[in-house]
Amino acid sequence: MFLKLQPRGEASKRMSYLSPLLAGILTLVTGGIFFIFLGHDPFHALGVFLISPVSDLYGFAELCVKAAPIMLCAVGLALAFKAQVWNIGAEGQLLMGGLLASAVALQLIEAEGFWVLPVVLLSGALGGALWGLLAAWLRNRFNANEILTTIMFNYIALYLLLYFVHGALKDPDGYGFPESAVFSDSATLPILLEDTRLHIGILFAMFAVVASWVFISRSFVGFQIQVLGLDSNAAKLSGFKHKRLVLLVMLISGALAGIAGAGEVTGPIGQLIPSISPGYGYAAIIVAFLGRLHPVGIFFASLLMALIYMGGELAQIELNMPLAVTSLFQGMLLFYLLACDVLINFKIKLNKSQVAGAEQNTVGNA
Amino acid sequence: MDIDLITNVFYAMVRTGTPLLIVALGELVCEKSGVLNLGQEGMMLMGAVIGFIVTLTTGSLALGFIMSIVAGIVMSMMFAGIALGLNANQVATGLALTIFGTGLSAFIGAAYVGVPITGLEPINIPVLSEIPIIGKMLFGQDLIVYLSFVLFGLVYWFFKSSRLGLVVKAVGENPHAANVIGLPVMRTRYLAVAFGGAMAGLAGGYLSLAYTPLWAENMSAGRGWIALALVVFATWRAERVILGAYLFGLASILNLVAQGLGYPVSPNLLAMMPYAATVLVLVMISSNVMKSKMYTPMWLGKPFHPHS
Repeated sequence: MFLKLQPRGEASKRMSYLSPLLAGILTLVTGGIFFIFLGHDPFHALGVFLISPVSDLYGFAELCVKAAPIMLCAVGLALAFKAQVWNIGAEGQLLMGGLLASAVALQLIEAEGFWVLPVVLLSGALGGALWGLLAAWLRNRFNANEILTTIMFNYIALYLLLYFVHGALKDPDGYGFPESAVFSDSATLPILLEDTRLHIGILFAMFAVVASWVFISRSFVGFQIQVLGLDSNAAKLSGFKHKRLVLLVMLISGALAGIAGAGEVTGPIGQLIPSISPGYGYAAIIVAFLGRLHPVGIFFASLLMALIYMGGELAQIELNMPLAVTSLFQGMLLFYLLACDVLINFKIKLNKSQVAGAEQNTVGNA
Repeated sequence: MDIDLITNVFYAMVRTGTPLLIVALGELVCEKSGVLNLGQEGMMLMGAVIGFIVTLTTGSLALGFIMSIVAGIVMSMMFAGIALGLNANQVATGLALTIFGTGLSAFIGAAYVGVPITGLEPINIPVLSEIPIIGKMLFGQDLIVYLSFVLFGLVYWFFKSSRLGLVVKAVGENPHAANVIGLPVMRTRYLAVAFGGAMAGLAGGYLSLAYTPLWAENMSAGRGWIALALVVFATWRAERVILGAYLFGLASILNLVAQGLGYPVSPNLLAMMPYAATVLVLVMISSNVMKSKMYTPMWLGKPFHPHS
C-alpha cells in the first residue's frame, strides 16, 4: 500500500459537503462506462436516464410524486441515525402505514366530508409509528438489535399486507383480484396540478423537512440528539434519558414513513394493492446518508433518488434495460459516497516512509 | 402423523437450513475477527445469479458453484476495501453492499428469470439413507449439504483448537493489543471477510443451483439477514449456529407440515414465520445483557486504524 490515510485533526466540513458531489460524479462516470459496455451511447443513455424524465411539466410532477414518500422516510431516518438508532425499517413502517390507512379508508368508503382524509392519513401515521415503536421497545426492554428487528419487521409487514389484500381487504366485487376497492374521493389526496398525478403529499414532505430542521436545531430534544450523535459518552454522562430518545426517534420516523405509505395508497395508487412501494424505504436510507442527515441535504437527495427511479423506468422502455438499473445506480451511489467520506476524516498521502521501509527490508534480507 | 411425513420434514429441515448454515458460518468467522458485514444478502444474491448463469452457459454445476464462491469473494472485497481499507462505517458499508448486490444481481439476471436448469441431485448413501426418520435427513442429501457438515466441523475445530482461530479471536477482541504483539490485524480481517464472502456466495449458489433450482430476483428472501441474527442467537459459537440454522429451516417449511396435516393456513401468514421466529429468538437471547456482552467480540463493528 503506497497510499496512506493520515488522520485529520478534525473532521473536514468542506469535504462532508463535497463528498456527495464527488460520489455523484463517480456514479455518473461508472454508469457511463457501464452503458458503453452494454453497447449504448453513454451520453444518450445518461440523457435518457437523468434528463428526459424531467424534460416536461408532467415529468417534473412525477418527480415530486416519487420524491415525496422518499423524503418523508428519509427525514425520519436521518433523525434516528443521528441518535445512533439504526432504523432500517422505513419500508415496513411505510407498508404498515399504507395498510392501516387503507383499512380505515375502506371503512369510511361511504363517508363524506373534509375530516375523512385527515383520519385516514393519521391512521397511516399511527400504523407506521406503532411498527417503529415495537422495534424501539424491543431494543429498550430486551436489548434486541434494531437493525435486525427492523429488517425482519419489513418482511413481516409485507406478508401482513399481502395477507390482508388477499383476504379481509380484498374488493368483494373485484373478480378475485388481490386489490381493495377504490377509495372514495373524500379519502383521496387532492391534486395540485391538473392533468398530472402531483398530489399534496409533496407539501407534507416539505413540511416535514422544515419541521425536522427546526426540531433538530432549536429544541432541547433535538440538541440531545445532536450531542448523542457527536459523542455518545458525553451524552450518557450528562444524564440524557437514552431509552426515551430511542422511543421518540422511532416514533417520529415510523410516523413519517407511515404517512408516506398512506400518501401512496390515497394518492397515486388510490386503493390497496400488493405492491405499494418500489423500495422507497430502502432508498430513503441512501438519501439520508447522501443528504448528510441534514433536512436540506435530504430534500435535494430525495429529488435525485426520485429521478433515478424515473430514469430506470424510462431506460426500461427506451433502452430495453431491466428495471433493476435503478437499484444498481442507488447501490453504486451509496458505495461511492461511503468511499469518498473517508476524505472527511483522513487525508490521502503518498506513503513515502513505507516505500523507503520496503527498500530497507529488501536490503536487510539480502 | 405418519413416518414418511416425519422423515420428509427432517429431510427438508436440513435442506432448508443448509444455506442459512453456510452463510452464518461465514459471518461467524467474519464477526469473530471484529468485522460486522451486513452485506450477506447482497453477496448471496450475487453468488446465486453468477452461479446460475455460469452453469446455464457451461453446463457444469461444479464450475457454477466455484464461480458463486468467486462472486461472493469479489463482493466481500468491495466491502473490505471501503470498510477496512478506507475505515468507513461498517454498518453503512454493509447495507450498501446489500443494496448494490440486490440491484446488480437483478440487473444481470433479468434475462434468466424463470429459465429452468437441472439442479444438483441428491446422493443417497446406500443402506444409511434407508434408516427411518434420520436416514434421509443425514444421508440422502446433495453434495453441498454434505459439504456444509464438513464446513461446520472445520469452523468448530478452527475456533476450538487451532492457533489461527486464536489469532482471529484476538483480532476481534482487541485489535490494538493484537497489533502490539505483532499479529497481522488487517490481513486477518481481510481474510475473515473473504471467507464470509465465499460462504455467502456458496450459499447463494446453493439456492439457485440446488435448492430451487432457478434464478429469481431477490430469491434469497432475507436469508442473509436471518443468518446475521443466527450468529447472535448462537452467541458466536459454531455448535449453536448449526442448531439455529436447522430450527429456522424447520420454521420455514411449516407450510409443508401444515399442508401434510391438512390444516388450511394462509400461505402469507406461514411465510412470515421465519422472520417472526428471528425476532423472537433475538429478543430471547439479547435480553440477558450480561451474557450477550460476554460473548460478543469486543471490537465488533468498530473501525481499527493501525496508525491512529
